[in-house]
Amino acid sequence: MASELKIKVNEKTWRIAAAPDTPLLYILTNELQLQGPRFGCGLAQCGSCSVLMNGVEIRSCVTPVSEVQGKSVITLEGLPVWYAGQRRHGPAPELHPVQQAMIDVQALQCGYCYNGMIIKSAELLSKTPEPTEDQIRSHMNGHLCRCGTYPRIIQAVQRASQRMAEVRK
Amino acid sequence: MTLRRDFLKTGGALVVGFPLRESLFAQPSAAARGTLAGPPDPKQVDTWLAIHSDNTATVYIGFAELGQGNSTALLQMAAEELDLDMSQIKTVRLDTNVTPNQGGTYSSASIQRGGPQVRQAAAEARAALLKMAAAKLDAPVSLLTVSQGVVSVKGSSRSVTYGALVGDKRFNLPFSGSARVKPPSEYKVVGAAIPRNDIPDKVSGTYVYMQHVRVPGMLHGRVVRPRGQRAYGAGAKILAVDEASIRNIPGARVLRKADFLGVVAENEWDAVRAAQQLKVTWDNAPTLPGNTGLYEQMHAAKAEEQIVTTRGDVAALSSAAHAVSLTCHAPYQSHAPFGPNCAIADVKPDSALIVCSTQDVYGTRGTLARLLGLPVEKVRVQYYEGSGTYGHSCYDDVAQAATLLSKLAAKPVRLQFMRWDEHGWDNYGPAHVGEVRAAADADGKLVAYEYHGWQHNWSGTETSAQLAGAPAAEWGFGPAQGVQGVNPRTCGGMYKIPNLRLVNHKLPGMGYLKGAWLRSPLDLAFAFTSEQAIDQLAYELSMDPHEFRRNNIADERWQGVLDAAAKAANWSHHRAASNLSKDKVVTGRGIGLGTHLQSWGGAVADIEVNKETGRVAVKHLYGAIDAGLAVNPGNVESQIIGQLVQTASRMLHEEVTFSTTGVTSVDWTSYPILRFEECPAVTPVVVQRLTEQPSGAGEEVMAAAAAAIANAFFDATGVRMHEFPLTPKRVLAALSHA
Repeated sequence: MASELKIKVNEKTWRIAAAPDTPLLYILTNELQLQGPRFGCGLAQCGSCSVLMNGVEIRSCVTPVSEVQGKSVITLEGLPVWYAGQRRHGPAPELHPVQQAMIDVQALQCGYCYNGMIIKSAELLSKTPEPTEDQIRSHMNGHLCRCGTYPRIIQAVQRASQRMAEVRK
Repeated sequence: MTLRRDFLKTGGALVVGFPLRESLFAQPSAAARGTLAGPPDPKQVDTWLAIHSDNTATVYIGFAELGQGNSTALLQMAAEELDLDMSQIKTVRLDTNVTPNQGGTYSSASIQRGGPQVRQAAAEARAALLKMAAAKLDAPVSLLTVSQGVVSVKGSSRSVTYGALVGDKRFNLPFSGSARVKPPSEYKVVGAAIPRNDIPDKVSGTYVYMQHVRVPGMLHGRVVRPRGQRAYGAGAKILAVDEASIRNIPGARVLRKADFLGVVAENEWDAVRAAQQLKVTWDNAPTLPGNTGLYEQMHAAKAEEQIVTTRGDVAALSSAAHAVSLTCHAPYQSHAPFGPNCAIADVKPDSALIVCSTQDVYGTRGTLARLLGLPVEKVRVQYYEGSGTYGHSCYDDVAQAATLLSKLAAKPVRLQFMRWDEHGWDNYGPAHVGEVRAAADADGKLVAYEYHGWQHNWSGTETSAQLAGAPAAEWGFGPAQGVQGVNPRTCGGMYKIPNLRLVNHKLPGMGYLKGAWLRSPLDLAFAFTSEQAIDQLAYELSMDPHEFRRNNIADERWQGVLDAAAKAANWSHHRAASNLSKDKVVTGRGIGLGTHLQSWGGAVADIEVNKETGRVAVKHLYGAIDAGLAVNPGNVESQIIGQLVQTASRMLHEEVTFSTTGVTSVDWTSYPILRFEECPAVTPVVVQRLTEQPSGAGEEVMAAAAAAIANAFFDATGVRMHEFPLTPKRVLAALSHA
C-alpha cells in the first residue's frame, strides 16, 4: 500500500506516495523524472542506477525508498552542487570535474553506464583526491562498461584528480 | 500520441514541487515533415537536408547513433561540403515519417554506405545555394566563396547567408548525384578528430535514452517468460497461469496471447513485481543439447555444404613441406546491452506508433506491421538510442512485445526488459566449429589452405511473435544470412595462397539457441582457429610470426596494419614459445590479422598466464585499423579501444551457458564480462589513408585481437588452445594435457 514518504534528493525535499518497499530507482525515474540513475540489472550487479546516499555510492535498484528517508540522496543531476558543497566555497560549477574530464578525453561510447561511472568516481575523488591507477581500478571494479571504455574512464579520473588539485592550490 | 514527460500522476504518486521543464521530445524542423509515412523520396535534395533562416542546417540521416559517433562523423561530411561550422549543423532522430531509408545501421556501414549519399546531397545543396547567391549578388559563381554559410564575392564586400537565400523553404530540386564534391586536399572538417556531439548531454544526464521516454496515459509492462530461452522454434509452452498469485497487486493485469504472456500496471514497480510473482507452469521438456553436448551435435548434424571460395587444388596440403591442422570450438556469446532494451507502443485499431532502439527503423516497421496485420504506411517507428547493442540484441523483440501488450491493453505501453529477459532471450552470436588445414613450403611460403566452418544461421522470428503464435519455420531466417558463413577475408584472405578452399557447413537453426549478428559476427572464432594455424606454421618453420606473415601478405593494406600493430608494440623478432619458463606466472606475446567484411585489422597482445590457477590476464593490446579515409580519427580510435577491450572480455570470459532445458546465463554473475581490475592497457592505431574510400571501423580489429591473444597464449606456454573463452578450468585442462 502506498504511504506518504519524505525524501531529500539533490538538496530538495520531496513528498511522495509510494509503497515503502519500492526501489528508490523507480521513484527517481518516474516520480522525480530524473535521468541520471537508470535501470541496468535490478540486481545491484552493474552500477547503472548508482546514487550517493550521504556521500556513499549505493545501488538505487535494490534500495527501498523507505531506507533513504532522513538521508541525503545525490544523483548525477545534483553532482555539481554537491561538489561545490564539498569544497565549501564558490558557486556550483556547471559540471563536476570528473564529468568535464569525461568530455575532455571523449571517454564515452553509448554512455549508458556513465551515470554510475561518474557517481562512483566522484565518490572516490571525494575521499581519495589523488588516487593511484590501482586505486581507481579497484574502486570502480563493481561498475561494468559493455562498450569497453574502461581505459578512458581511468584517464578521465586521473585528469579530474589533477584539475581538482590545481583548484585546491 | 505526443511524446512528452507525463507530469501528472504516475502510479498514484503525488509529485510535489516538480519543476516544469521543456518538452524534450519536440522535433522542431521535423514537425512539418512528420505528417506522411516514409520513406521520403531519396531523389529529392529536400529529403536530405534543410537550410534554416538562422543560417543553420538540418541533415536528415538514415543511420542510427549507437554510441559509435557516426552522427558526428556524417555531419562532418555534410559540413565539409556545405562550408558550415559544426555548430551550424545538426541532425534529427530516425523516424519512418521523417528520415530517408538508407538501410539498417549494420556492418559498420554508416560512413561507407551512408557517407557518399550525405556528402553528395550536401554538395548538391551547396551548388544550388551558390546559384541563388550568384543571382542575388549579381556575380558569377566562380567569384563566390563560402565560409560558415556566408557566401561572399571575391574582392568585394557583398555577401549573403544561406539562411537568407532559402530560409526554411524547400529546394524543390531533384538529387542528380552529379554535383562536384571536394577533393580530400581541400578537407578542413573531414579527417579531424571533432569532439562528438552527443557526449556533453550524456555526461550531464540530459541525453534522452529510450529508457527515459514516457508518454501520457501509458502503462508499464513486463513480459513473463521462463528465465532463459529454450531451443529456437520450441517456444515456451504455458501449461497453467495462476492469476490469483498476484491478487495482492491490484493495479496489475495479466495479458496473454497464446504463449506470449505479460503484465501491465500504471505503476512500474507493480508491473515489475507482478511479473516476478505471477505463478506460471511452463512445459520444461528438454529441447537443447546443453553446453556439454553442443559441439558434438554440431559435428554430427546433417549440414548443407556450400563452397565459399575455391582456387587451385588443396591436395597440395598433403605434399607440402610443412602442414598443420587444427579444430577449434567457439561458444555462443551474448550482446548483453548494459541497459536492457525498452520500447513504447501505442497501438490503435487502424494505426500504431512504436518508439524503440532498432538499428533499422524501416525494417522494424515492416515486421511490426506484419505482426499487427496493418499496412506499413499505418505504422510509424521512431528511434531513441538505448545502451550499446553491438548487433541484433533484443531491440526488435522488445518492440514486438510492447506492440502486443499495447494491442491487448488498448493503451500505450512502455515495456522495459528485465536483465534476465535480455540476457536469457538474446539472439546470441552463434557457436562455431572450425577446422583448418594450412601448409607452407620449405622457404616459408604458404601453398595451401582449407577451412571448414559449422554454424547455424541467424534466426528470423523474434521470440514475441513466435510465442504469440507465428511458427518459426514460417518466418524463416533473416535476410542477411549470406553474411553468416566462413568469412573469406578473415579466413586466409590476408595472405597470398595459391591453393585455397573455404567450405561452409550450414546447420539447420532449429534445436539450437536463437542466433543473430554479434559485433564482428563469427570473426573471433574464425581468426582464433585460422590465425593459430598460420602461427603454428611459422613455429614449425622456426620463423618469427610477424616475419612469416609479412612474407605471405596479400597486399599493402594488410601489410600496413600488420606493421602498424607490430611497430606500436615494439615487436622484437622471435620464434614463438622460444623462451618457455618454469615460473608459475609466464608471459607471452602474439600477433594476428583479421577483419569483418571490409577494412583491415592487425593486433598484438601481451598476456600473462598463471599456470597454477589457470588464470589468463591480458596486459596490453595494440590494435591497428585501416578504414581508408578516417572521417573522424578520434571516433576510430575510440572504436578500436572498445573493440580491444570487448575482445579481451569475449576471449577470457564470455560464454552463454545452457542446460538441456534452457539458457542459464541470465545476468552479470552467470554471464561475467571483463571488469576494471583486469582491463588491459590499450594502444589504438589509426592507419589514415586520406585518398582511399572510407570503410567501416566499428568491428574490424576484433578478429585480429582474438587471434593475437590465442597466439600469445602459445608463446607463453607452448600450448595451443582449441576453445575459448580461456577460463581457468579450460586453461588448466589444456596445460595438463600438454
